[in-house]
Amino acid sequence: MVGAACALYAGRAGLDVVLVDRGPVAGGTTGAGEGNLLVSDKEPGPELDLALLSGRLWAELAQEFGAAVEYEAKGGVVVASSSGGLAALERFAEGQRAAGVVAEPVAGDALYELEPHLAPGLPGAVHYPQDCQVMPALAAAHLIRASGARLLTGHTVTDVLRAPDGPVRGVRTDRGDIHAPAVVNATGTWGGELAALAGVPLPVLPRRGFVLVTEPLPRKVRHKVYAADYVADVASDSAALQTSPVVEGTAAGPILIGASRERVGFDRTFSLPAVRALAAGATRLFPFLEQVRALRSYLGFRPYMPDHLPAVGPDPRVPGLYHACGHEGAGIGLATGTGRLIAQALTGGTPDLDLTPFRPDRFAEEAA
Amino acid sequence: MTDPNDPNHAAVLPHLAVIGAGPAGLAATVAAASRGVRVTLLDSAAQEGGQFYRQPAAELRARRPQALHHEWRTWERLRNGLRTHVDAGAVRHLTDHHVWLVERGSEGFTVHALLGPEQEEPVEVRADAVLLATGGYEKVLPFPGWTLPGVVTAGGAQAMLKGALAVSGRTAVVAGTGPLLLPVATGLAAAGVEVAALVESADPKAFAGRTGALAAQPGKLAEGAGYAARLLRHRVKVLARHTVVEAHGTERLEAVTVAALDGDGRVRHGRERRIACDTLAVGHGMLPHTDLAGTLGCRLDGLAVYVDEEQRTDVPGVWAAGETTGIGGSALSLAEGHIAGRSAAARLRGTEPDPRAWAAAAKVRDRLRAFFAALDSVYAPPAHWTEQVTDDTVVCRCEEVTGGAVRQAVAELGAGDLRTVKLLTRAGMGWCQGRVCAPAVAGLAGCELTPSRRPFARPVPLGVLARAGEPESD
Ligand SMILES: Cc1cc2nc3c(=O)[nH]c(=O)nc-3n(C[C@H](O)[C@H](O)[C@H](O)COP(=O)(O)OP(=O)(O)OC[C@H]3O[C@@H](n4cnc5c(N)ncnc54)[C@H](O)[C@@H]3O)c2cc1C
Ligand SMILES: Cc1cc2nc3c(=O)[nH]c(=O)nc-3n(C[C@H](O)[C@H](O)[C@H](O)COP(=O)(O)OP(=O)(O)OC[C@H]3O[C@@H](n4cnc5c(N)ncnc54)[C@H](O)[C@@H]3O)c2cc1C
Repeated sequence: MVGAACALYAGRAGLDVVLVDRGPVAGGTTGAGEGNLLVSDKEPGPELDLALLSGRLWAELAQEFGAAVEYEAKGGVVVASSSGGLAALERFAEGQRAAGVVAEPVAGDALYELEPHLAPGLPGAVHYPQDCQVMPALAAAHLIRASGARLLTGHTVTDVLRAPDGPVRGVRTDRGDIHAPAVVNATGTWGGELAALAGVPLPVLPRRGFVLVTEPLPRKVRHKVYAADYVADVASDSAALQTSPVVEGTAAGPILIGASRERVGFDRTFSLPAVRALAAGATRLFPFLEQVRALRSYLGFRPYMPDHLPAVGPDPRVPGLYHACGHEGAGIGLATGTGRLIAQALTGGTPDLDLTPFRPDRFAEEAA
Repeated sequence: MTDPNDPNHAAVLPHLAVIGAGPAGLAATVAAASRGVRVTLLDSAAQEGGQFYRQPAAELRARRPQALHHEWRTWERLRNGLRTHVDAGAVRHLTDHHVWLVERGSEGFTVHALLGPEQEEPVEVRADAVLLATGGYEKVLPFPGWTLPGVVTAGGAQAMLKGALAVSGRTAVVAGTGPLLLPVATGLAAAGVEVAALVESADPKAFAGRTGALAAQPGKLAEGAGYAARLLRHRVKVLARHTVVEAHGTERLEAVTVAALDGDGRVRHGRERRIACDTLAVGHGMLPHTDLAGTLGCRLDGLAVYVDEEQRTDVPGVWAAGETTGIGGSALSLAEGHIAGRSAAARLRGTEPDPRAWAAAAKVRDRLRAFFAALDSVYAPPAHWTEQVTDDTVVCRCEEVTGGAVRQAVAELGAGDLRTVKLLTRAGMGWCQGRVCAPAVAGLAGCELTPSRRPFARPVPLGVLARAGEPESD
């Protein structure tokens, strides 16, 4: 997704773009996640700023691609399960409002007008109308097509070519060299490996997530609904399993329940405990789901960096190398802003956001 | 109450769970139970037998069911063996148990099942080892009109015959490719259906080049000759190197158009003919069921579960036998099941099995594998079958994805493999999880048919999933 957005904005900025992937379109984490474009789960700071920029850009793209990428501005509802939790949630929302987020407190009875099938007795929630939805694989495919970039799928980058005095000259693939004065590393969870090919460290690590998909149903869940403890999980540094099911209906009918977060490397083994916890969380929020059948479950590996911020922008250590990776569980949402910022950096424009917090070499001191 | 996890039972003998009560699972159960292992045999069907020995429902009291079965005696021997062990308490046979997941834990395995036919109530069985004998399912490729009522799978027609002695229509055409079409056609004819034609896309001349492996199977050739004689007796017209290009009808099937194929496997235009019929049984071979094995992490060899000489998968404690390890007919499933049951019994009792003890079964297995590999290279859908699939032909029935949508995903959106086509079109995302449409989608996308991951072998209620394997369910 991130590579697709970079290609789109770079192409529209007038650059000649070659998009290289060892797999097919959306063959990485993009095809293995969900398409929540969330502001609701982000605390004030650089990631929220990037999310707000990205949200505006997604809304623009929706004018152009709309139904083809299944864009839906359905809004999010973050539910508190206790009155203490509600107070914490409302404090959190207040901070977000100051940063430009629309966050409307919802009292108990109004909550059931928004989501009639929620479990009874919940104290309240916050409604986030800016939370949106796309279908990631379709979004990636359509953005790539519209970018005009030359798409080379099935090409694995095996080396980053550099001139004797340092700057990049392109990439070597298993099917030939591609020469270019600038290389953008949008390899997601594998971003560290690509950076290593250019001779620089970049700490991108996998964080496994499972998603559950139900049988198709008439729409019973209207927004993206999740429990407030999700917020704590996203910023968590714990390696233990934490589950915070976002429950949402899709245009096609199935309900998606996701996602778990575990640090287990690239282990693809099915984990009943992780998936069981998703089912338990979802049925707690929506008791009618007890009888609804899960048809399948899939997993992916989020690309995360130690401080939970992506690497976006030029790498001062290697002239001509740009990074656009490490977006963890928000790479679909943050793709548009990232693509815009990368295009601005490539063409020497003024970036819409300060890139300092996203500097790719910010971990260099620790690594040394 | 029969508690599957009765501790009085559990303490004494090692416990093997066999999933699937077809020829392979039955042979394995009997072999293991005779050798000091306690077996729980689970199957989603109401009765043992699997695809091949699918029995007429007991209440129909069919007078001469053996008329539908050759190899009836083998079946009787297995069934009696099973009953003896069940009566002796060595085997527990759980019918109507749909296994949705096998979980590997630190202390053995948990088999998670749903009680049928509602499949709402959970049952968990703990075991020291598992033997997967889940068989295969039919492959059907699409063509215009294939979704009309009256178009059934070859296996569906056969099951109707064997299972309920009811006949779906009065005039049938049997079409597709593969050795299953013969018993289906003769079975229908014997039950009084007028079989207007048996349409086989393979080229009989191709057999000539394969005489090595085929001649090594006198039993199989005799079986084939038997079918040929029966086809003749029932005046079934065999149209080799032909294919059904379209099924016609408004409310339901009324006729099919059949065409001859040229040397390249393309339809010869101008040589089509229309055959009136109310039933079309189609089949293009079988594919192994590998969902449970895949979730356990077992290596697959192509589309089938990989096994070693002893029928062990590469996951310790998991054996596999029968068509889940490759399509090859009931005799092969029996041989594999026998070997797997003996190997599992020996290893569960802590002894090294001696392969010489099952040398005869191993010989049958090796011979039949070679034979079916040869058959496989002969029976094939027409090389250019996708040319018949119009853009408005529905390819994925669950999600109503057309051939045109698949082609567009490939031509315009950069999809080149099954997973990407699925992501971009939803083909394969529905109720059947691509079991039906994956071969068709692969054909249309021009890519290889690769196994897809299906963590759940059956859809599972979220309420059951939320509590699966929890300690209090002990
Ligand atoms: C379960 C789960 C749920 C999620 N839910 C959401 C959500 O709701 N909202 C959201 O915004 N995000 C979500 N995410 C996160 C999101 O999916 C990712 O952040 C995003 O897909 C990352 O996109 P990307 O383009 O950086 O990486 P990818 O999609 O992984 O793309 C990287 C590409 O690089 C290619 N590549 C790697 N190495 C090489 C090489 N050497 N040569 C050539 N090509 C190479 C790979 O083949 C791959 O296609 C979720 C993730 C998971 C796992
Ligand atoms: C129409 C038709 C005609 C045939 N005619 C002949 C013939 O004439 N001669 C011949 O040699 N062969 C014939 N065969 C092939 C023969 O049926 C198979 O080779 C044989 O049955 C395979 O045995 P098996 O034990 O491997 O699998 P199966 O017989 O398929 O048994 C597998 C069992 O596993 C059960 N199962 C699968 N998944 C689950 C689950 N998740 N939970 C619980 N239970 C599960 C199924 O209910 C089934 O009972 C025919 C097949 C068909 C479909």
